[in-house]
Amino acid sequence: MSHSTKTAHAPAHEAHHSGGDHHDPGFWRTYVFSTDHKVIGIQYGVSSLIFLFLGFLLMLAMRWQIAWPNQPIPVVGGLLEAVLGQPASGGVMGADLYNSFGAMHGTIMVFLGVVPLGFAAFGNYLVPLQIGAPDMTFPRINMASFWSFLIGGLIMLVSFFVPGGAAQGGWTSYSPLATTIPTDGQTYWIIGMVFLITSSLLGSVNFIATVIQLRAPGMSWMRMPFFTWAQFVTAFILLLAFPPLEAAAVLQLMDKVAGTSFYLPTGLISGGKLADISGGGSPLLWQHLFWFLAHPEVYVLILPAMGIVGEIITNNSRKPMFGYRSVVYSVLAVGFISFIVWAHHMYLTGMGTKISTFFQTTTMIISVPSVIILTCLFLSLWGGSIRFNSAMLFSLAFLPMFGIGGLTGLPLGFNFSDIHLHDSYYVIAHFHYVVAPGSIFALFAGIYHWYPKATGRKMNELLGKIHFAGSFVFMNLIFFPMFAQGIAGMSRRMSDGGASYMVNDATADVVGRLAKSVIDANIGISTAAFLLGVAQIPFIINFFMSLFRGEKVTSDNPWEATTLEWQTPTPPPHGNFPGPVKVYRGPYEYSVPGATRDFLPQNQPSRA
Amino acid sequence: MDIPYTVMPRRDTGLYNAKLGIWLFLASEVMLFGALFSSYILLRVGSYPGVWPHGLLNVPVGTVNTLVLICSSVTVVLGWAALKANQFAKYRKIQAITLACAAMFCCIKSYEYYDKFTHYEVILKDGRVIDGHLVEKVGGGQMVDGRRQPPEAIVIHGVEFPAEAKAAGMAKVPLLHNLEKASGHHLEHKEFRIPWSDTKKVQNYGPWHNTYLAIYFTMTGLHALHVIGGALVIGWIWGPGAAMWKTDPERYTNRVEVSGLFWHFVDLVWIFLFPILYLL
Repeated sequence: MSHSTKTAHAPAHEAHHSGGDHHDPGFWRTYVFSTDHKVIGIQYGVSSLIFLFLGFLLMLAMRWQIAWPNQPIPVVGGLLEAVLGQPASGGVMGADLYNSFGAMHGTIMVFLGVVPLGFAAFGNYLVPLQIGAPDMTFPRINMASFWSFLIGGLIMLVSFFVPGGAAQGGWTSYSPLATTIPTDGQTYWIIGMVFLITSSLLGSVNFIATVIQLRAPGMSWMRMPFFTWAQFVTAFILLLAFPPLEAAAVLQLMDKVAGTSFYLPTGLISGGKLADISGGGSPLLWQHLFWFLAHPEVYVLILPAMGIVGEIITNNSRKPMFGYRSVVYSVLAVGFISFIVWAHHMYLTGMGTKISTFFQTTTMIISVPSVIILTCLFLSLWGGSIRFNSAMLFSLAFLPMFGIGGLTGLPLGFNFSDIHLHDSYYVIAHFHYVVAPGSIFALFAGIYHWYPKATGRKMNELLGKIHFAGSFVFMNLIFFPMFAQGIAGMSRRMSDGGASYMVNDATADVVGRLAKSVIDANIGISTAAFLLGVAQIPFIINFFMSLFRGEKVTSDNPWEATTLEWQTPTPPPHGNFPGPVKVYRGPYEYSVPGATRDFLPQNQPSRA
Repeated sequence: MDIPYTVMPRRDTGLYNAKLGIWLFLASEVMLFGALFSSYILLRVGSYPGVWPHGLLNVPVGTVNTLVLICSSVTVVLGWAALKANQFAKYRKIQAITLACAAMFCCIKSYEYYDKFTHYEVILKDGRVIDGHLVEKVGGGQMVDGRRQPPEAIVIHGVEFPAEAKAAGMAKVPLLHNLEKASGHHLEHKEFRIPWSDTKKVQNYGPWHNTYLAIYFTMTGLHALHVIGGALVIGWIWGPGAAMWKTDPERYTNRVEVSGLFWHFVDLVWIFLFPILYLL
């Protein structure tokens, strides 16, 4: 399979290789070990959807325990006990099992679910197409990145079955707790993270080099679709923010297997006695290194989603994006500022006032470009001719949902209010709002929107609308009450759902205790969580059924879109574009006065 | 299918793809080693006063290693320049020196690590501390019930710190070398045969021994992995990969340039590591 060696081959080969390879690479090289960015994108997409589903199941088990503490879990309780033994004895989720499910739910959803789907899947498939390139700059590195991701994911899954169970110190893996818990699961988590970080680094080098080097003639920077801009900034964030976590992970691995004390302070008491360590380490060091990545990571979770929403809203409003330039500058600003806010996750570590003032200030500043982007997306609807298909419904819902998530972040960004809210259910509500009815809605929207380009068939609209309605209602029923629970003082990561802090008598001195009404909200929330799962069934059915029975598209551009990925055959062949690409205009030329159609593709030559 | 700009540079950036790729990768590596240097600073600034070790590493040996790497950085450029001037045979010879320098660096590093792993600190039950190199472990070593039996005695060639050398109020044995240096008083080096039953704790100078050694081994270990990785890539291009010189000399030269850029970064990291770990 020759990609870039074509120029090097002796002229006798030129005649054979006109326009594409005719060698048949066979099943394995075409569908499994492919270097084609579209195959890799689909591989990432399918894998990440499976991981999202697994993360969801972990959450359902946890939600049972929260709402009905120490009751055997129906249906799967016996299975858990059979597979995992003592941690699930009697089909009841023990506290250690709850902790491991919690840590792995976070890890899987963030690193194996949303990021691979938003960045690697959609990004790999669409970015080369949107800039008019034949593939990524480094196709083999692209393939290596996928397989590294998959190996990392498998290591994470295997960790459930090692003695002691999976990592139990939260997805944040704070030391000394993470390394003093007697399990090898933490070691597996660390090694799995190293593979995932490697995958991200390889991918981000590819994305950045591709956008810089392979834009087609005429595709200037300010003619790139917002989705590509968002992916470009996301790639920079991953490139620069992940290595400190890799360093942190190496140090934590050394603490776990080599007996070092990077994060273990002198005088540490473990298991009731003085730990036999050299000491001299710092738990704060882990927190700084971890959050230096993990804060920019949340922008990695949201920027591809904003990019997707931008494409879908403009297309389904038949209008240009409002404030395209502002949106581009804002996404660049978000990328830069995201690196200087991290310690707002650490306000309660005994931080001095000067440092906390700095981080509060930068945290407030970063909300400005974020709001600019959201406002421009809202304003892009004004005066539009709106098409309410499933993709558009999810994209429209993204706007207020992300708005709620973002606004509720403000009290967390100020240290005086964070004192009360830190590590409470308020935090859980805040970040789930931005990620679940935020990012994940955008990712669903993207699937409905680009499915016809990848498969040649549309997904069923009725099932899509049922999926939307159910997801929207139940996500709000799950997460909105959590704000109230958090404000009432309910801590996160409590395996009994707060029952041990509950007080029944409303007139009793309730300082430090939780009212029964706060705890009882867990029942409604968990019920809504199960129903949210049910609401995904139409989507799963739709996804597979439409491959065979979906309405076939009658054109390569069924949504009548302007961007380059729609100006290709369906599905795009190896090499993407049948001929050389030249770009004549910006990405959102919809409803241009005087044009014959209500959209002008970017590569359509201008008439005189 | 043809990916543009794999060999010829793109006009507006002036770069071919792999060159941009390697610079991006190096940016991520700067963040990786930067995080480790930041960790070093945090740990050192946060340590108890007077406890951070000095003089545990052999400066002349480290200096030799530094010069070896600098030499290899020079040869890697000369090799690339030879290819640009179409002198393949000259490139072959010069790049072989690069690889030899890499091997020499690893050998010297291995010797340094061995020196640490055979350096023991023995804390006796009566409070004395004996610190020096292992001569032999007498007896023991058999597996009983899955556990290795300790030796009957351990022979150390080194110095003895009297019980009073322990600083007041500290939970751990202070870094007695610092005290030795500070006192200006040189202790006599001799051989000690210590029965195992007299020992309270026997530990060699591995990463578990103190925070300084932990960060030393981690940073130089990660750096050494980069040296080995870089040498493997340069070696593969020099050896099996050299077939490309016949079919696509420009692309081959680019590969040499890109691997040379990585090599320069590896050298640069050492230029920072050496003063920070050996001299300060």
